[in-house]
Amino acid sequence: MKYMDYAATTPPHPEVARTIAEVMSLHYGNPSSLHILGEQSEQLLKKAREVCAGVLQVKPSEIIITSGASESNNAAIKGAALQFMNRGKHLITTAIEHPSVYECCKQLESLGWNVTYLSVNHEGTVTPEQVCAAVQDDTVLVSVMHVNNETGSINPVQEIGKQLKVQHPRVLFHVDGVQGFGKLPLSLQASGIDMYSLSAHKFRGPKGIGLLYVREGIKLQPLLAGGSQEGGRRAGTENIPYIVGMAKALRLAKEEQAQVAERLRHLRKVLIDGIAAIPKLVLNSPPDGAPHIIHFSCPGMKAEAMLHMLEEDGFLVSTRSACSSKKSEPSRILLAMGKSVEEASSGIRVSLGEEHTEQDIQQFLAALQSAVTRQEDLKGRG
Amino acid sequence: MDYEMLLLRFGEITVKGKNRSRFEKAALSHVKSLLRAFPGTEAIHEYGRIYVRLNGQAADPVISSLKNIFGLTSISPVKVSPSKLEDIVEIAVDFVKSIPADKYKTFKVHGRRVFKGFPHSSQEMNHLVGGPVLSACPHLKVDVHHPDLELRVEVRERVTYLFCEVIPAAGGFPLGTNGKAMMLLSGGIDSPVAGYSAMRRGLEIECVHFHSYPYTSKKAEEKVLELAQVLSGFSGRIKVHLVPFTDIQTSLAKTGQDNLIITLMRRSMLRIATKLAEKNGGLALVTGDSLGQVASQTLASMNVIGKVTDLPLLRPLVMMDKEDIISMAKRIGTYDISILPYEDCCTLFVPKSPATNPNLRIVEHVEKELADLDHMIEAAVENTESVIVKPHVIIRKNQKDEPEVVQEQWF
Repeated sequence: MKYMDYAATTPPHPEVARTIAEVMSLHYGNPSSLHILGEQSEQLLKKAREVCAGVLQVKPSEIIITSGASESNNAAIKGAALQFMNRGKHLITTAIEHPSVYECCKQLESLGWNVTYLSVNHEGTVTPEQVCAAVQDDTVLVSVMHVNNETGSINPVQEIGKQLKVQHPRVLFHVDGVQGFGKLPLSLQASGIDMYSLSAHKFRGPKGIGLLYVREGIKLQPLLAGGSQEGGRRAGTENIPYIVGMAKALRLAKEEQAQVAERLRHLRKVLIDGIAAIPKLVLNSPPDGAPHIIHFSCPGMKAEAMLHMLEEDGFLVSTRSACSSKKSEPSRILLAMGKSVEEASSGIRVSLGEEHTEQDIQQFLAALQSAVTRQEDLKGRG
Repeated sequence: MDYEMLLLRFGEITVKGKNRSRFEKAALSHVKSLLRAFPGTEAIHEYGRIYVRLNGQAADPVISSLKNIFGLTSISPVKVSPSKLEDIVEIAVDFVKSIPADKYKTFKVHGRRVFKGFPHSSQEMNHLVGGPVLSACPHLKVDVHHPDLELRVEVRERVTYLFCEVIPAAGGFPLGTNGKAMMLLSGGIDSPVAGYSAMRRGLEIECVHFHSYPYTSKKAEEKVLELAQVLSGFSGRIKVHLVPFTDIQTSLAKTGQDNLIITLMRRSMLRIATKLAEKNGGLALVTGDSLGQVASQTLASMNVIGKVTDLPLLRPLVMMDKEDIISMAKRIGTYDISILPYEDCCTLFVPKSPATNPNLRIVEHVEKELADLDHMIEAAVENTESVIVKPHVIIRKNQKDEPEVVQEQWF
């Protein structure tokens, strides 16, 4: 069985899994307790936060530990919206955001906010000029994802951040970095990014843990009120084993980023060329997209049937993003990129990790070719 | 702006006559130790100044680190030009043009010809450089009396230095040039500020902290080590002596002299600190006392407490107001740590009405009754754990064979 759904989640790194097991059995103290067990847990929390901050080249106090990217995105967007209502009630985002950003904006709309959903070009990206032009007097926040989780399109967040901060320094800039981290280099400091969301399970860490970088000086309304954990910005007893595991996974991903990206880029090229050679398929990912995601449509065929045919041959892929794949409507992302309803309803996403070899890709292409042939046969008979 | 060099100036120590080179060397070695964090940079000592070659490092982080060096009064980031007029003019024009136009309205050039073989006098330089700058930057006007921006041009034989910023540094005396003292470090707001003030006057300090483990948590100790860590940012490293104080504290409490207990405790602390000073070559004690702040800091209390030591008792904050101490603590970065709410040995047995005017004879009498006190003081000194604290690490000897809490392989 070949797992090719890394954009949905990644298998945990064996060292991360071992670390979590050890920490979990040794250090179950509540870091808020005053006794020695609590104190030890707090030491681990502190060290983990320092490691995360070091990897992202920010200050430890700028890291809020969350339960994952959905929470990070909600905390950033709603937290800023609630905190800065006096500045206005306008947000800017794009039409291709992850549901945890998109639905969050929809929710705010129902509460009286105005949201501009920037349209994307055929490659699924927005431009810095487009973002800056959409800013109004009452704009509080811009939220743009780094890498799209369905197609792997890369938004120029560095340039967006730089231009935004020159033209509108007061507008906050949030980046959903979930699919970009560990695949593309990005300097938070140099890109004018005020907030940045990450999820550990997308870089071989555990599920249910993530972080939100919030630049020093920005105060957000907390989504979770309660204890004074995370400096009062996110209540709840800290999950020390997972936090340590996340720190380790974060460090490993950063260290291996350049090497992994290069390898994946090569595999992606082989895969793209192979898909292009199958006449029925339409490639949706831009040629210079993120190195680990390839998305294509099989117009006239059923995406889910394709998925199961490939599964029969031992390849686990996805119809678009996992977070939306149980819906039967056409992909919102692909429609926004100008694809036809038929294309948008028949998408298949292949997402790769460091375990894959060129041989795997060749075998996958063969399986894909056979699946397309079988689908055609089915239709012929139908 | 890419600068090639930093120019570091000395202040007070230039009046030190024959000892001056010792002071300058101490400052130089402090500079060198902080520069280790910036690979490629090098420090060059010239009479009365230190130059730092940046060799590609960005100036800002280096400056903010070197700003903390005691004995330096100011730092200027410097552009370097060959000592040829046309080069100097070109670099001067680029330099001023690179400064955002809205920042300055008036300027002047201040030329200084150190190398007398240079064909143009200092006066001439002002015009020769100022003219082209003025025509390149039409938003600027010359004001020779109160310019917003003063471009200094210092012509030396091989190279010419250009700079306009003079960033104030920590001042005082270089580290350790005035000897070593033991500083009593509690977890409070005052003592770290006293430590900073002592270091700024050229004292090397070692910290003495009294803990009442297990009545106080390890967090109180972590807090003190964190405070020491902030202080070590100014000195590179600091030694912290952690003194077990529980036994002494409990037997003092048993005497039933409730309102004298703080006085008795402070006397024992000073005795222990004095012994630690003898052991470690310290010639004074430093405390965070501020006159009148609490019962143990009334003049009468200070008198009775201070009687137990022969060493000079230095109290840098003695005449400072609390507000000023707090703002200084914020500035040096210890305030937020100091206000963490852990019990320490001083808050543990606070009596309802501590004596503000203790009687020396009664205090001495109570101490005499405690036959074991000398012995307990010896034992506390004996069992003191010494820890080295640096800006990024706390090195402590692991006394027990317990595994480290924070295991490196987990990260």
